[in-house]
Amino acid sequence: MLNKLLASLDESERAAVDDEEYAVLKAVAAELPSVKRDVLELIPTLQLIQTKHGYLPRLALRMVADHLGTTVSKVYGIATFYNQFRFNPPGRNPIKVCLGTACHVKGGEIILENFERRLGIKENETSEDREYSLERVACIGCCALAPAVVVGEKVEAYVTPSKVEGIITEIEVRKEMAAREQKKDEE
Amino acid sequence: MKSNKSPEEYLKEHADEARAAVTALKNSSNPVIYVGAATCGRAAGALETIAGFETALEENGITAEIRKVGCLGHCYAEPLVIIQNPGFPPLLYQKIGAGEAGILVRSFLKDGSDPCYEYLIGALEADENFPTLMDYPRYLYEKRVVMAHCGLIDPAEIDHYLAVGGYESLASGLKKGSEWVLEEVKSANLRGRGGAGFPAGRKWEIARQVEAEEKLLICNGDEGDPGAYMDRTLLESNPHQVLEGLALAALAVGAEKALLYIRAEYPLAVKVMESAISQAESKNLLGANILGSDFSLAVSVFQGSGAFVCGEETALIESLSGRRGMPKLRPPYPAVSGFAGRPTIINNVKTLSTVPSIIKNGAAWFLDIGTPDSPGTAIFSVVGEVEYPGLVEVPMGVTLEHLVVDVCGGIKNGKELKAVQIGGPSGGCLPASLMDTIIDFDSLRSVGAMMGSGGLVVMNEDTCMVEVARYFTDFTQGESCGKCTFCRIGTRHLREILHSITIGEGLPGDINDLTEISEAVVAGSLCSLGKTAPNPVLTTLRFFRDEYVAHVEGKCCPARMCRTLTAFYIDLEACARGCDACVACCPTESIFTTSNRKKAIDQEKCVKCGECVYACPPEYDAVRRVSPPELIPDQGVEPLPENEKEESEA
Ligand SMILES: Cc1cc2nc3c(=O)[nH]c(=O)nc-3n(C[C@H](O)[C@H](O)[C@H](O)COP(=O)(O)O)c2cc1C
Ligand code: FES
Repeated sequence: MLNKLLASLDESERAAVDDEEYAVLKAVAAELPSVKRDVLELIPTLQLIQTKHGYLPRLALRMVADHLGTTVSKVYGIATFYNQFRFNPPGRNPIKVCLGTACHVKGGEIILENFERRLGIKENETSEDREYSLERVACIGCCALAPAVVVGEKVEAYVTPSKVEGIITEIEVRKEMAAREQKKDEE
Repeated sequence: MKSNKSPEEYLKEHADEARAAVTALKNSSNPVIYVGAATCGRAAGALETIAGFETALEENGITAEIRKVGCLGHCYAEPLVIIQNPGFPPLLYQKIGAGEAGILVRSFLKDGSDPCYEYLIGALEADENFPTLMDYPRYLYEKRVVMAHCGLIDPAEIDHYLAVGGYESLASGLKKGSEWVLEEVKSANLRGRGGAGFPAGRKWEIARQVEAEEKLLICNGDEGDPGAYMDRTLLESNPHQVLEGLALAALAVGAEKALLYIRAEYPLAVKVMESAISQAESKNLLGANILGSDFSLAVSVFQGSGAFVCGEETALIESLSGRRGMPKLRPPYPAVSGFAGRPTIINNVKTLSTVPSIIKNGAAWFLDIGTPDSPGTAIFSVVGEVEYPGLVEVPMGVTLEHLVVDVCGGIKNGKELKAVQIGGPSGGCLPASLMDTIIDFDSLRSVGAMMGSGGLVVMNEDTCMVEVARYFTDFTQGESCGKCTFCRIGTRHLREILHSITIGEGLPGDINDLTEISEAVVAGSLCSLGKTAPNPVLTTLRFFRDEYVAHVEGKCCPARMCRTLTAFYIDLEACARGCDACVACCPTESIFTTSNRKKAIDQEKCVKCGECVYACPPEYDAVRRVSPPELIPDQGVEPLPENEKEESEA
């Protein structure tokens, strides 16, 4: 029945969804039937989708609403109320700058600006090539090591503007090396 | 099914087994390495440290066991490592990265000769040859009740908790009955550690007296204060203590269902708690007929989705019900009618973690700690400009001065203490002159601050109080659920006014407006988010009014923190010819060479990040910060002509 929703997309809707997102939607369609049809499951379901796929595609909200027997507006209302949810795919290297109290006092704002400048994207945006995404978080519990930044899964402590440069360079170098390895393998 | 064995006899079987296992580990003929691997430890590189130990052990052909433990609270010294080497007392080391791990293995574990004093903090047990941790002056003031085992036991193994007497309180509670548990906690006057300080026993009694088919107990692990992390530490470092407290509370209330509400931003805490629940169930310490009694408790974890307001009880219940977390009018209180209309008790992680020790040692023991009206201990995350930031547990009644200076080593880099912000977004900023304030629920409230979450940020003269007020108002504004007009719109006005003051656009009437709007927001809000949101503004206005006046009238930020009102320049007298240290560090390439081959800052390009202040070698110390920007002196700076530049580069 959920796949019906996918099948029922009109042309303009289908065109608005790229292949990557379409794959996510198909996966969500396959996952949803195992979720109990109870509005109490709404938040856990959104968490499930986000944990698995990194974000909530717009049409997935419609699927969730259908499955739980509620309205899209309600699902959307919930999803936008809570800070945890995002609606665009995160970058391969999601960067979260802590702007909790301790980090703020130690210049977290400046660190955020440095990432914005270095990556050419603003807070809550993902770079065109999906390599990076940037957001702010409130306290990751490393206040003693402020200012702190989470890059992927790794927490970087005592970040300074020049360390921002270092963090990005490191990612670029790793990427470059991986690309070279791959090329070697292909040859 | 009731058994003939008493809960205590039941527990003893598990405990004996656990003690044997832990004793075997303690007396192991091989070294045991405990690495602090809670979130803060991991941030500082604990996982790399573990990898470093593994490699070094293998290279040197040494057999040793590595255990991940929780957080000791000495966050400034992470990654922390405890080494138990046969023939030595357990030794605590600080700042052990992968490299230091290798050195420890080679010098201490391989040869057994050199215990590497350079990294040593102290021994965990009294010993002739080593200073012990407890000899440090900070332990004169610290008292570890709730955090007693944090960082010393393996949170992934229930045996470690059982071996230190874990779940004994639950067993004796089950034996002596729920009434007795309630009376102990009531006479101990345990006040809620979630902020408001409402007596836990009284709350439990209300729910106990309600007739209902089902009652619910919730552990509030939402920890929304953007600068506090002690709840997370307790969940990650001693999960079974939380569960035991939860079970005792449920017993007293008559609840058979319990829930841990933990924010999704704390994935490690969620994982640790889920595993702890299943281990406790497998030993019949949770689940049906706990320890052979007729008390059952089903515990599950619910992940909060990151909304500060969901820490408020009624909003938390709304979010559990799959709705937006918007607070509701009370009464009815959740203790009478909460989740799905059932009596629901919500307690903070610290409150519940304190319960087992009260049951074990008795109410009289607890009343002996702290002050008459606020017995027990308080846990603070002391961060900011102190020498030793981290988590500390002190008896209530200790002064702020003791906490900041004696326990946490005072202000870093020989600077002056300016203020402490206590209680997070609902709390206040207290000036240095109030440092003799006693820490307990009522004293803090009497000076306009709040115990709140227990977040404590220490600030020096470089922190602008207007900016701090703006920061917190910005936070609460964003987190206001929007239900009450005064909270929704009032906080927005506060934020806009504060913002304009920090960028030098403050108007003469602003300070009065701030006071008036603040009072209106306090009066016109339903829940404590709105009621306390203006606290940071009101306390800074009260204690640091001069700073507001300087911003508004002089367009000057005395702390030189507000960037629009501040500028950096390089003192040509101090700057060294040919030194390039600042040029390389500047993220916007705003530093150029002057005609006499010194450095100057292009004010148009400068983003005032302050990086050059740190990059400039201390022997020159040439970067100056001024407010207002007009104070930059005219030093007659001329850029180096293009042709000479190429010359010097060639
Ligand atoms: C806006 C707001 C946020 C709160 N956040 C938390 C929180 O993160 N954790 C917590 O334990 N209590 C929080 N509280 C307090 C709870 O409403 C409640 O008083 C507490 O969980 C009760 O537990 P206790 O009696 O053990 O302190 C918050 C209150 C308000 C008004
Ligand atoms: S404020 Fe950034 S980690 Fe706590």
